[in-house]
This record gives sequence, C-alpha cells and structure tokens, in this order.
Amino acid sequence: MNGWILALAQTILFLFCAPLLTGWVKWVKCKLQSRRGAPPWQPYRDLLKLFRKEVVLSESASPIFRVAPYIVFSVTALAGAVVPMFAVGLPSAAIADVIVLVGFFALGRFFLALAGMDVGTAFGGMGSSREMTISSLAEPAMLMGIFTIAMTVHSTNLASMTRYLLEHPIQLYPSFVFAAMGMLLVAVAETGRIPIDNPATHLELTMVHEAMILEYTGRHLALMEWGAMLKLMIYSILLVNLFLPWGIADNFSTLPLLIGFGSIVIKLFLLGTALAVMETGIAKMRFFRAPQYLGLAFILCLLGMLSHVILEIN
Amino acid sequence: MALNLVYLAIITALGSALLPILFYRSISASKFVAFNLLGISGLSGILGGGMALLRHIDISQELPIGLPWLPCHLHLDPLSGFFLVLVSLVSLIAAIYGPAYVEEYQQGPQPLLPLTLFTGLFVAGMQMVMLASDAFSFMIAWELMSVSSYFLVAYQHQNETNRSAAFIYLLMAQVGGLFILAAYGVLAGFSGAFDFTSMQLVELSPAWSSLAFTLALIGFGMKAGIVPLHVWLPQAHPVAPSHISALMSGVMLKVAIYGFIRFVYDLLGHVYWQWGVVVLIIGSLSAILGVLYALMQHDLKRLLAYHSVENIGIIYMGLGLSMIFYGSGYPQLAALGLIAALYHCLNHALFKSLLFLGAGAILQQSHEHDLEKMGGLIKKMPVTAVCFLVGCISISALPPFNGFVSEWLTFQTALQGTVLSNHILTAVISISAAVLALTGALAAACFVKVYGICFLGLPRSQKAAQATEAAYGLQLSQILLAILCLAFGVFPTWTVSQLDTIAQLLLPAGMPVATSHGWLWLTPVSMDVASYGAPLVFFAIGCAWLLIWLWLHPRRKNTTIRIAPTWDCGFGSLNARMQYTASSFTMPIRRIFRPVWSVSENYKKPDQENPGGKYQLTVDDWVWLKIYQPIGRLLLATARRAALIQGGNIRVYLVYSFFTLLFLLWVVSL
Repeated sequence: MNGWILALAQTILFLFCAPLLTGWVKWVKCKLQSRRGAPPWQPYRDLLKLFRKEVVLSESASPIFRVAPYIVFSVTALAGAVVPMFAVGLPSAAIADVIVLVGFFALGRFFLALAGMDVGTAFGGMGSSREMTISSLAEPAMLMGIFTIAMTVHSTNLASMTRYLLEHPIQLYPSFVFAAMGMLLVAVAETGRIPIDNPATHLELTMVHEAMILEYTGRHLALMEWGAMLKLMIYSILLVNLFLPWGIADNFSTLPLLIGFGSIVIKLFLLGTALAVMETGIAKMRFFRAPQYLGLAFILCLLGMLSHVILEIN
Repeated sequence: MALNLVYLAIITALGSALLPILFYRSISASKFVAFNLLGISGLSGILGGGMALLRHIDISQELPIGLPWLPCHLHLDPLSGFFLVLVSLVSLIAAIYGPAYVEEYQQGPQPLLPLTLFTGLFVAGMQMVMLASDAFSFMIAWELMSVSSYFLVAYQHQNETNRSAAFIYLLMAQVGGLFILAAYGVLAGFSGAFDFTSMQLVELSPAWSSLAFTLALIGFGMKAGIVPLHVWLPQAHPVAPSHISALMSGVMLKVAIYGFIRFVYDLLGHVYWQWGVVVLIIGSLSAILGVLYALMQHDLKRLLAYHSVENIGIIYMGLGLSMIFYGSGYPQLAALGLIAALYHCLNHALFKSLLFLGAGAILQQSHEHDLEKMGGLIKKMPVTAVCFLVGCISISALPPFNGFVSEWLTFQTALQGTVLSNHILTAVISISAAVLALTGALAAACFVKVYGICFLGLPRSQKAAQATEAAYGLQLSQILLAILCLAFGVFPTWTVSQLDTIAQLLLPAGMPVATSHGWLWLTPVSMDVASYGAPLVFFAIGCAWLLIWLWLHPRRKNTTIRIAPTWDCGFGSLNARMQYTASSFTMPIRRIFRPVWSVSENYKKPDQENPGGKYQLTVDDWVWLKIYQPIGRLLLATARRAALIQGGNIRVYLVYSFFTLLFLLWVVSL
C-alpha cells in the first residue's frame, strides 16, 4: 500500500515539477545570453493563464482535435508514473517496462501528429510530417540504446534496471558509454530541443512541435505544453537514473527517500544547466541534416550493442 | 463434436458457394442464401476451432473419398483449430459486411453469382487446408483456395489492371504450389506414404531436410508474400472487392503461415538453428521493405497490401527467433517466439481486415481509392472513422491495442538472444530487433499519413466532400473488429495462455511463466525481467483522462469554446489545396531512404493546361523492375525462340510426330 501511495506521490511530483525544469532551462539560457529572463516559475504562470483562457476552435476541427490534448497529456502522465524518479521498487513500475514506455511516447506522438493534420493548414501537416520523420529515426536508436542496457542487466523493467546498476556500481562498461551518448542525442531530438527543433521559435521553416500545436488555444494548448514539459522531465530522469543512478532510494524509509529526492533534484538542475549551455552554444540544424544526427545516435547505440555482444558477454 | 462443427463449417461454406446458383434469377435471394450460409460457416468454424484450441482436442479421421489407395486423412488439433478460428472469424465478418457492400456490384456489368460462388469455395478451401492431414488432400484444398481467389481477384475483369494482377497472382500461386508439392515430395519419397503421420516419423539427413525446408520456405513464402516473392500481393489485393481483400490479406496469408509452421515444426520435427537465421533475415527484410514501400503508396488498398508484407515479415521474425532458439536447445524461448508469431497472426487478421473493410467503406461512399483525393471524411463517416482509427493504432503497434502486444513479445524474445553461445548470432538478433523498432516507427508514420490525409483536414475532391456514412452492415462488421482489436490488446494474458497449448504441442516445452502472475500481468521469462500490465495501462489512461476532464470541466462556465475560421495569416481564405498531401507528407522519408525505391520525379513548368505547373511522382518497386521484369522478358524471348519450330506447315508437323514416335519406340525397347 505504501508503495502505491509513493507511486501516486511520485506521479504528482512529476506533473508539478516538470514546468520548473523547463523554466529553469529557459532561465539559465537567458542568463547565458545576457538577457534578463523570466523567473524559473514563469511556466506555471503561463499554464495558469492558458487554463483560464477561452478556447477558440477552428471551423474545420474534428473531434480528434479536441480529444488529442487529453490523450497526449494522460499518456505522458502515465509514462511519468512508471519511470522511477527518486525510489526504485515502486509497484507502478511493473505496469510497463521500458519498451512499453517507448510505446506510450509513440501513442502520444501519434495523436499529436494527427491533431496537427486535423485543421487542414499547411503548417500543421508540415509539423506532423517532420515530427513523424524524426521520431521514426529516433525511436529505433532509443530502443537500441535501451536494448544494450537491457542485455547487460537482463531486464527491461526500469526498476530492475536501475536496481541492478545500483548494486553493480563501478563497472564502466564500454557499451554503456556508447549507449549513453546515443541516448543523449535521442533525448535531445525527442524532446524537441536545439539542434533538432527550437522550442522558442515560431519560424515556419524551422518549427516542428510548435507547428503541430499552432492552432491550439486555451486549456487544450495548456495540456499540450504541459505534456511537452513533462516529456522533457521524463527523458531527463530516464537518462539520469539509467546512467547515474547513485542516490536513488532502494527502500521506502524516510532517510533514503529524502536522499533520493535531494539527489534527483541536484542532478536535474545540473542536467538542465548543461542543456541550456548546449542550446546556447550550438545552432539549430537544417531539417535535412537531422537524419545524419539521428544516424549518429543510432550508430552509437548499435556500437554499444555490438561491443556488449563482443566484449562483455561472459 | 468439434470436428463435426468444422465439417458443418466446410459444408455450409460450400453451400454458400453452390446454392445461390439455384436462385440465380433473384439477386436478393441468392445474396440472402450466400451470405447467411457464409455467416453460419464462420460461426461453426469459430466454435469448432475454438473448442479444439481451448479443450486441447486432438482427433484424426479418415474419410473414404479421394484416390482409391489414399483415403482423405483429416486431423484437428489446437494449431489447426487456432487458424480455423482466424479464417472463420474473418469469414463471419465478411458475411456481415458483404450484403451491403455488394450492392455496388448489382448495378455493375458483372453478375453477382461468380462473386458468391468463388467466395464460398475460397473460404471452404481455406478451412479444408486446416483439416488436411495428408499431402494429397492438402494440395487439393490449397489449390481450391488459390484458384478460387484468382477468380475473385479477376472479378471486375473489365479493367486491364485487374486482369494483369490476377494473371500474376495465378502464376505465382501455381509456382508456389509446385514448390510446396516438391517439399512434400521429399518427405513422401523417404516415408513412402502421403499422410502426415508417416511423414513425421521419417528421419531425414540434414541435407535432405534442409532441401525440404528451402522448398517449403519458398512455396509457402510465395503465398505469404515475403520479400522478394511479394510482388503479386500489392497488385492483387487492391483490385479484389474489399471484403475479399480482407479475407485474402487477413487470413489467406495466415493459411500460408499455418502451412509453414505445420511443415517445419510438425513434419520436419528437427529444426536447425541455421534455418532460423534465414527466416529471421527474410522476415526483417520483408518487414522493413514492406513498410518503406507502403509509405510511398497513395492508393489506400495498395498501401494496406504492402503493410501485409510488413506484418508477414514481423510474423516470420518471430518464427525465425523461435527456430533459432529451438535449434540451439532453448525450447522455452522457442515457445515464446512461436507465441509472439501466432499472436501477431491473430492481430494482423483482425486489424488488417478492419482496415480493408474501412477502405472498402470509403471506396463505396466516395468512389475514391487515391489518398490525394480524400480528406475530411471523419465528419462524413464518423463510425467508420473511429473504427479505422482503432485499426491504425493497432497496426502501428501502439499500446494498449493488440498490435503492440505481439511486437512487444517479439522484442522480448529477441532480447533473450544473450543466452546463445554464438555471439555473431546474438548480434544478428539484436540488429533484427533494431529493424523491428524502425519498422514499427515507420508504420506509425505511415498511418498518421493515412489517417491524417484520409479522414482529417479538408476534403480534397468533390466526391470526398459528398461522402456519407456507410450502411449498417458495413458499420457493424467494423465495430466488431475494432472491439476485438481492443480486447486482444487489453487482455493479452488469456490469449497467450491459450497459444501456449499450441507451443506445447509443437515444442518440447511451453512458456507457462508468461502468464503465471494472474490475468493482469504478462511476464515472459519472469516478473523481474519484463512485465506488461495491459489492463492496468488501459485503466490508467482512462483514469488520467477522466481526472483531467473532471478537473477542467467546471471551468467551461468561465472559459467557453468559440468556433471561428482557421487563422489564415490575413491572406484570404484557406483552401483544400493548401494542405499537405500524402506525397508531401512522406517527402522527408523519401529523401532519407532514397535508394530503396526507384523514384522518378517529373515537374512541368506552368502552361496553358496546368496553370499551376504539374508535378508527377512515380515510385516503383526495385524487385519488380530488376528481378521480375527481366525474368518475364527472358521467358518471352525463350518462348519466341521455341515458337520457331511452329512452322505452320503440316508436313513439318508430321515429321515431328514421326520422330517422336521413333524416339518413343526406342525408349520402350530399352
């Protein structure tokens, strides 16, 4: 029972911390670019504002358009429920393993892309086409990276994976290095950050995610935006907990939980800062350079897999 | 009891073929008889097959028909029961769908009779394949299925494309049939008998057994549509009437899978892991090429046909993994792979039939099969739209629908590759898993395209704008399939435990662990290794949705919904031609995977006829251009050479006869 309460608490934490992470990244970016910048909690204000606003629907919008935000958000929230955040062994983690997690993201993306095509404007179709292209290259790379780790730890359950890595701490496998690099690239692409997509722009030639949600207003837009923030949070936690799991609680007593929480907060702030530094340092790629970028991610994950098979088995 | 039900199914299917001939004057009477009998056949087939599967029935019977020295051996076991359920289920659905759908043909140039006649024979043929337990009756049933489906493909033979598609289909079906015959020939040659029981007992040397395997792989593969033997499939499936497409794509391909499983696991018995590697590689190739070719199609039914190639590839991947593990001495993992393949057979039968029926409804209502001319159908045909969406989600392997479960099981099987001592093999398996991941992601992209272009946005043609919802029969059959797609996705545990009996029948061990944690959990290997709680996922998505909705709903009082024109950037109203098209949607993918297709793009500058210019895009299949067309040309050239002996002069022919006679006399005298 304790476990389920913790799982619920974790999901709620996921939901309500996600805007802070996005706000933090934005704030650091502003500071790095010598701008004044909105405070890190600005996303909360934005969401609140959007929830209070009137919804304007296009005449040509179909029910899919109205259903999609709810599906995207609830599926992403569910994905948050199965990723271990500050404790392993939560009962909710057994609902879905990491392949199902990738499936959740795919389901959310499916509806997001449909919503983009629903109104029948050129922007929406463009965004959907690009998003599906990028994701169809990113998803195999992601799964390849996951398989590399899964083969080492003999499991695809996120909790078992993290626990195994906790128990066998100082083993720097070459496969892990490759997989970590590959999955980092994938995470950047999947969460729509520079250099694949720029969350801060509405320039028609470059936008991907923003193009799909261009027609959204009010609470629908809020859910879509919140979903995107949540996705960034989930990917960050996934990366951190798979490759740097230290500090995460492996039982449900108070002190380890506090340590787990503290360590994940610190790690997330560091990762957010790193993301901001990277986004400030490099420019967005042309869309047709993205396959090379994702190809690199795939090759890295494949190398990880092969080095595991060749060097590490037995 | 089970066997009698299956007999009833076959007899009623034959009845639905032959009885309407008596009522040929009245269209409504013949339709009534044909489709009702087909429905009864489907129902009793489901019951009979289901009993065999659920109660582990294993009975044989000999009927004194057929050749004088070879009675007809029949056999019903869980494996054939499972495939019988698939065949009969889709037949039942087709029987519900048919009456309203064929109204279209009643005003057409063809009589309805050939359609009902060959549909009945086709279904009966497929059901008989499942029962056949000797090579002779198997081939008879197989050919009944092939030839009657040829007539169904050729039904609207006034169109040139239909005739050529049907011809290629018949040709390849017959060549495939020859290979199967040869494969049985190898077994029959060593066992000296034609029935499966004596074939099972025979011990073959590795070379002979590999030869038989290769022949069976090609023969059944030709029917199943693996790359590069798939070329008939995207030609034949689109031109058949839609409920026939559903039967052909949904279950006829599965009959080939059944034949392959029966031959390899049951008759050959000893499986070598090298075969598994071949099957795995062929499966991976079919999966990835199938989906890449599907992406480039804009004829809806042709696109779906290419997706059949993809899904058959996924099934073969599961089988290949299973054979690798079986040959390497891991029967439990082999069972897992086999279960994944069988589950995907079931899923593909459901969602592919659903999609073909949906495509048929669209075709009937809008008379369009070109995606580029559809759009906005969700408002005109809401029920079809929802069912089609379920099909799209299922085929894209997204949780919590059924396609996901079988792909997940295939992934789990592939991940167990580390137990093998041959590390190159492990690497091959991992790469095939990556191919499967790529396939799934591309399939999702493809169905976003299909659904987005077809049902969403603004109508791209007058016909699409005037479409209305399909008749009740069409809706009902789609709703049934959509519900089944969801049910088999949300409750996979029960299905897997039933499929486990088939695995136990064919392999020394089953995979009971997979379902040992209760109905909520699917845990191949063990709970620690991987678990998927599909009912919980479904429940949780529903709960999350409800919570958000409840939370947001009261606010509607303050935040109203306003319907307004789409924002047009101030340039004047948007029109349907400004939307993304199917070709433009897939343009990035076309550019990335450029060498896969033979693409020719043609752009004409604006002129009098086309004030906006004209862009023409042709995407062709390399396999067709580089393998089949040269073979066809070679055959024609050879035939032309051979035709030289036909001088047309009677004296020359008499000389031929004379020398033939001499030659034969010489042979006899030896």
